[in-house]
This record gives sequence, C-alpha cells and structure tokens, in this order.
Amino acid sequence: MSGTHEDAVISRQVRRLESLLEAEGIVGGDTVDEVIDGFLAGASPVNGAKVVARAWTDPAYRERLLADGTSAVGELGFSAGGVQKQRLRVVENTADTHNVIVCTLCSCYPLRLLGPSPGWYKSEAYRSRVVRDPRGVLAEFGVTLPESVDITVWDSSAETRYMVLPRRPAGTDRLNEEELASLITRNGLIGTGVL
Amino acid sequence: MTDRFAAGAHVRTYPHDPPHHTRLPRYARGKRGVVVEPEGRAPLADVRAQGRDDARVEMIYAVRFAARELWGEGDHHVVLDLSESYLREAE
Repeated sequence: MSGTHEDAVISRQVRRLESLLEAEGIVGGDTVDEVIDGFLAGASPVNGAKVVARAWTDPAYRERLLADGTSAVGELGFSAGGVQKQRLRVVENTADTHNVIVCTLCSCYPLRLLGPSPGWYKSEAYRSRVVRDPRGVLAEFGVTLPESVDITVWDSSAETRYMVLPRRPAGTDRLNEEELASLITRNGLIGTGVL
Repeated sequence: MTDRFAAGAHVRTYPHDPPHHTRLPRYARGKRGVVVEPEGRAPLADVRAQGRDDARVEMIYAVRFAARELWGEGDHHVVLDLSESYLREAE
C-alpha cells in the first residue's frame, strides 16, 4: 500500500477493512497489493505517447483514433484502463482549438495510457479552477495561447475517458515514430502542456 | 430504442439538488448546452451509488456548454458527459 496519508481516516478504514477480509479468509495477505500492482503494471504516459506518435505519422490511424479512440488504442494493445471497461475519446489540438482534461467530481483519468495521475490533477484547486478560467490555469503551467484559440475543457464526469492529441511540433518532419514519441509529455496528453 | 437527443440538439440540465450522489456537477445545473454526441448506455450512477441494483440503463450524452452560460463570463467551452435524465429539451 502507498506510504502516504497513513493517518488519514480513509487509510485507517481501508486498513481495517483489509485486515477483516484477511481474517475471514476472503482475501490472502498479499491479494490487495497484487491487484494494485497488476492494475498499475504497464500503465504509463509512454503508452499515450506511442499512440500520438502513430497518429502523427499515419493519417489513416489518426482518423480512426479521432473517430473511435477505444478501438484505435486497442490496435496498439492499449485501453483507457480502469477495472471497468471504459470508452476513450481522443480530442485533437489544432491551430484554432486547444483541449484540456479534468474530472471535477473526482479524479477520472485514462490511467493505462497516462500512468498514475499527478497530484495536482486530483487537487481541488485544479479541478475547480480549470473549468472556470482555463487560460489562467494554463498560464500557470507556462502555456500562453493566442486569444484566437478556442479552449474546450472536457470534464470526465461519466464512463468516457479523454486524452489530448497534441499538435506536432514544427521542425520534426525528419523524426521517426520512436523519436517523435520521446517528445511527448504527460502534460501534453492532459492539455496542460504544449510541445 | 432510439436516442432521445441527437448531436446538435439544444438541451437544458435540470436544476435539481438531490440528497444523493449525482454526476451532474453543481456548476452545470439548470444550464443550456448543445449535444456533441450520444456516448453509450450505462446504469444511472445516482441510483447505483445508493447501493441499489435497479438502476435503469440510460444513454449518456457529451454536452457542450459556453463558459458565459456556466459562469456569466469567459470565452471557452466545457464538455460534460450527462445521463439522459439530467437533460430536457431547451426552451
């Protein structure tokens, strides 16, 4: 289990529940850790980066990705992740539009494609402010967009998970797919960064 | 079963304030938006979160709201995924 928030009420409740389940023989001593490890295994922003690099280099793949993200990432062996099956929608940044992902109700996130979410993504400050003043929040991430760029904030409030398809940086025409993937950042996939 | 709302439909969210979990955020209650697309069906979270197993399965719609409608200011948009029973036809 995570070593943080050890004294939080929820942590004590979880520990108590886990020990009761073990005492009753419902789960083994290592079961919960094994499930968590299995859930996180292979969950990484490297996966999202591979998807984006493929979309940048293969126009037909890009079309499939934007039309049906779930199936298109499945072609590369990925899913949006979660214990339940989740639909993925990929939203594309262009010269005129910029997309940002949030979950104002909790912290929904395409975990298998982006890895565990950063602390700020789960913070009340980010969740409450980005839907109200995305330009202000983006500026704090060092992202200043021209006034002419329309910003759309995608609030993941149900079964769909979102990932941003960032704009391909200028001057990268000669890079191959693997080199392109190395340019892509986690914040670029959330929309709080540009590449 | 046909979807109640098609892409482009103008809808308004209910202004209700239920005493239980809901996936209609407070900031988007009673607001007018435009359907982006029907996304798929899922059991209504409001009912499921109460531990009941009789949640009806409803279409969830991506709905786009102008910041000005939500906050009275701003030039951006916010898209939310909302269950059919959160929505009615906009007047």
